[in-house]
Amino acid sequence: MNVLTLDGVVKRFGSLEVLKGVSLTLDRHDVVCLIGASGSGKSTLLRCANLLESIGGGDIALFGQSLLDPRIDPDLVRRNIAMVFQSFNLFPHLNVVQNVMLGPVYALKRPAEEVRSEAMLLLERIGLRDRAEEYPDRLSGGQQQRVAIVRSLAMQPSLLLLDEVTSALDPTLVGEVLDLLRELAAEGTTMLLATHEMGFARDVATKVVFLDQGVIVEQGSPSHMFDTPTQAATQAFLARVRPN
Amino acid sequence: MSQRTDAPSSAPQLFSSRRRLHLSPRYSRVASLASTVVVLGLFVAATFFAPGGVQFRHFFFDPHQMWASLLGNNRGLASVGKGIWTNIWMFCLCEVLVLILGLLLAWVRITTSAILAPLRMLATVYTDVFRGIPILLVFIIVGFGLSELNIGWISQQNPPFYGCMAITITYTAYVAEVYRAGLHSVPNGQILAARSLGLSEATTMRRVILPQAIRTVIPPLLNDFISMQKDTALVSILGITEAVQSAQINAAQSFNDSGLVVAALLFLCMTIPLTRFTDGLIDRDRARRLVAAR
Ligand SMILES: Nc1ncnc2c1ncn2[C@@H]1O[C@H](COP(=O)(O)OP(=O)(O)OP(=O)(O)O)[C@@H](O)[C@H]1O
Ligand SMILES: [Mg+2]
Repeated sequence: MNVLTLDGVVKRFGSLEVLKGVSLTLDRHDVVCLIGASGSGKSTLLRCANLLESIGGGDIALFGQSLLDPRIDPDLVRRNIAMVFQSFNLFPHLNVVQNVMLGPVYALKRPAEEVRSEAMLLLERIGLRDRAEEYPDRLSGGQQQRVAIVRSLAMQPSLLLLDEVTSALDPTLVGEVLDLLRELAAEGTTMLLATHEMGFARDVATKVVFLDQGVIVEQGSPSHMFDTPTQAATQAFLARVRPN
Repeated sequence: MSQRTDAPSSAPQLFSSRRRLHLSPRYSRVASLASTVVVLGLFVAATFFAPGGVQFRHFFFDPHQMWASLLGNNRGLASVGKGIWTNIWMFCLCEVLVLILGLLLAWVRITTSAILAPLRMLATVYTDVFRGIPILLVFIIVGFGLSELNIGWISQQNPPFYGCMAITITYTAYVAEVYRAGLHSVPNGQILAARSLGLSEATTMRRVILPQAIRTVIPPLLNDFISMQKDTALVSILGITEAVQSAQINAAQSFNDSGLVVAALLFLCMTIPLTRFTDGLIDRDRARRLVAAR
């Protein structure tokens, strides 16, 4: 069964049509990379997928259930679809482990001790167990972003949305975040990510989707998309981001 | 490449003619103590050496009058010390009410829920009106108008009740605006992150927005509370004998204003510990969360 299905999704901001009928499916264990120029609508697409934005047409379905059904509770949808942002958005008034625990404790209403020990395991995994009581402002950007990823994993989501999670990072810190994502992909985490990291997309993606001005121009396997793209717009974009 | 700025051939001038005093922490504490003593000493000296110094000290700082005014006596002097308790309990009660009602009002004003639209408009009118009317008028309208209206329970209350009501009504309007600014100061990314964890709007408010907003609103809130403490003196127009009213009675009785100074000192005893305490709280919170930038 498809985890996520977008069917002709349209999104407008006033008269500006940002998504012009986007259709996309994600199976379990898929890692789908959205590539495209700035302003092509990648972030908007991700926000629509977890109902942070309402859509103006088309349909979005999670495990076959339409999310446009008025009986759908958006909070329940978002507990199954986690999202990680370019700017980390850790909560500055909570320490690292409290950041990780917030969702499970207050959204899922799970017992705090149980959640805490899980959170510590997640922090251990990213090598930040000894920084658990530290406040986010004192961590490096790469550490903050890894905590943010772990914070969404704590919800045990069926789908992870990642919006250019390495774009705000110093080049020397990008690697540690991408390594974590590689691990997650290898474990079979279903992910939809907007990214400018073409090398990463080629290595990890099961499918690469090229978005241009709100339209999916071409999609396919990484080797198809990067070695033998058929559309002129895809070729032009790749030529720009990968000179030579 | 047409032009290229040459690197300066010699080291830049880094010594400024402005000399900085380098004091060790211990010496800077001594220095600040010393300068405080000097400034205060100059002030006291002024009251001693000014041509009217003797009368001034007699009228405002007569220790005997101050003591009598603080305690009151059976020859017609009211007790400023007793009067201040009226200010204190009124202030404490109003502070709690204003903190709660102000937050509710702010919340109504910032929600986007369609059902609350009429309430939102009312809230806007409320803040506009009660921030605009001088508080003295609110005292008169509430204190005399409500009992005049004769509309049951609300018209049969005593002056302290109306006093608290007037203070609460006015300050709720101010404090709601302080809260609103604080709630808006939390970056939108925080809200997106909380909502995408599946937290409801109410939980996001309680666990993410409020704790961050509170930190930014404490100093301006404190500002409003200090002026509220002082405005409790205005309840005297409703015939309530509080500290300032008592001091005025004494001034008229004994032709001496020392009681007013006692009232002033008592008000300072309320506000100064409060400001020191919250400043300490803020510093501690910042030190805990942030990397020092000095
Ligand atoms: N809230 C909004 N109101 C109006 N226009 C918006 C809004 N959000 C996004 N847009 C517009 O939608 C278009 C797509 O924006 P989006 O952020 O999805 O692009 P993107 O592909 O993520 O770009 P980038 O790579 O720079 O992050 C842009 O033209 C942007 O100006
Ligand atoms: Mg974007």
